[in-house]
Amino acid sequence: MMSNEKKIVTETVPGQALKEVIHIEGLYKSFGDNHVLNGFNMKLYEGENLVVMGKSGSGKSVMIKCLVGLVKPDAGKIIVMGQDIGGLNQEALDILRADIGFLFQGSALYDSMTVRENLEFPMRRHQKKMGVVTDTTPFVLEALKSVGLEHTMDLMPEELSGGMKRRVALARAIILRPKIILYDEPTSGLDPITSKEIIELMRNIQKEYGTSSLIITHDVDCARVISERMILLVDGINYAEGTFQDLTNSSDPKVQAFFKK
Amino acid sequence: MRTSQATLRIRKFFMEIGELSYFAGRFFKVGFRPPYEFKEFLRQCYNMGNRSLVLVLVTGFIIGLVLTLQSRPTLIEFGAVSWMPNMVGISIVRELGPVITALVCAGRIASGIGAELGSMRVTEQIDAMEVSGTNPFKFLVVTRIMATTLMLPLLVILGDAVALYGSALVENFKGNVSFQLYFNTVFSALSYGDLIPATIKSFFFGFAIGLVGCYKGYYSKKGTAGVGMAANTAVVFTSMLLFVIDFIAVFISDIFYEL
Repeated sequence: MMSNEKKIVTETVPGQALKEVIHIEGLYKSFGDNHVLNGFNMKLYEGENLVVMGKSGSGKSVMIKCLVGLVKPDAGKIIVMGQDIGGLNQEALDILRADIGFLFQGSALYDSMTVRENLEFPMRRHQKKMGVVTDTTPFVLEALKSVGLEHTMDLMPEELSGGMKRRVALARAIILRPKIILYDEPTSGLDPITSKEIIELMRNIQKEYGTSSLIITHDVDCARVISERMILLVDGINYAEGTFQDLTNSSDPKVQAFFKK
Repeated sequence: MRTSQATLRIRKFFMEIGELSYFAGRFFKVGFRPPYEFKEFLRQCYNMGNRSLVLVLVTGFIIGLVLTLQSRPTLIEFGAVSWMPNMVGISIVRELGPVITALVCAGRIASGIGAELGSMRVTEQIDAMEVSGTNPFKFLVVTRIMATTLMLPLLVILGDAVALYGSALVENFKGNVSFQLYFNTVFSALSYGDLIPATIKSFFFGFAIGLVGCYKGYYSKKGTAGVGMAANTAVVFTSMLLFVIDFIAVFISDIFYEL
């Protein structure tokens, strides 16, 4: 494990001026003898695109799942929009989750529901909790329009291609107008052209909705295009941090290993 | 080496029983608290009934036919063929109907639930549901267990009716017994003591099918291979559990008969 002195820390975002929307401090998570996270620290600022890169199995997905309460960390503090995730009851956690959009690695569309029902599902749930009932159709249409798939509303997920599924999943992630979007490997399993389209969509969505984005990936091209700041997750810690340029210029062999073709 | 493997297997078996009991406990703890997923429950009832109805009817009809055809020569030999409706009626209503229907549904429903929830688990659909502010246990598990518990007794009643019709058909063709006479004899032979334990037993069978199917699917692991394993083990485990429940039910109702 590298010592803290060896880390590249470049403050590209003025931390004092911008508001933190996610703050992770000393995050630990183990599965038996497999120590996945060993004191991971991270800050995501409002309106920022932060990319966390790491090898497969390095704990990126575990970290992102800890953020929404899907995985309980062994130790550490996670503060999302000023609220400590560990101290929230189920009801408060569900309300907070409405402000977080989550794009899953494999899209995770509900097989038994149409595209419309997939998008309506989080909306209806949230409305039920808030005691509000409104027509969901305009919201569904708007979200689908944002990803250019209005015509797929009544199709089943099995009738969609991999790229279309990812776009519908993105539409589902933004339907509640979240303040933060978490992307778990948004381009994995997609061809280069579709990957570019998804990255472009992610950028458009950030512009349109003003969201803060945390992107988990091992796709260097994706990181290069979308990141404003990057963190390299190695051995369960934030090993290196900086802009894409900073990291590619690094002489550290562990950092270089990520960018070698 | 062999001993340690056997010990591990036994330990694993009892651990699974413990986990299943905990899962059942969670169902009772969560299932009866609002908010209720009524729409999803109705959808599941329709799915379960619709998925198994034809299979249950065909199986029931054949069981009725075969049981009558097989018993006829023996009963004729003893000059007791007139007891056929009584014998078939009681054996179908008390034992064969519920057990055969439950076994058919275990193959059809438990494996279906195991595979469906298993694939939802490995494709992160259950996680997506949780992130959407929905309790997946309540939405997926509670509704399915309640649906199987409610639908199985209905399927058993239909299966029994068709089995008796199959038996009546054989008697009508071979023994010239009218349908009216056949069913009058059957109903006069049956008492509440036959119907009530069989119906109660069917609710437990339905609960077991839903419980094991959901348990195996909900905790499915090891990717797509795990989905197949969940479906397979759900059927095996449910079938075994059905016989255990049947034994306990017969044992208890026997005590009441003696009283």
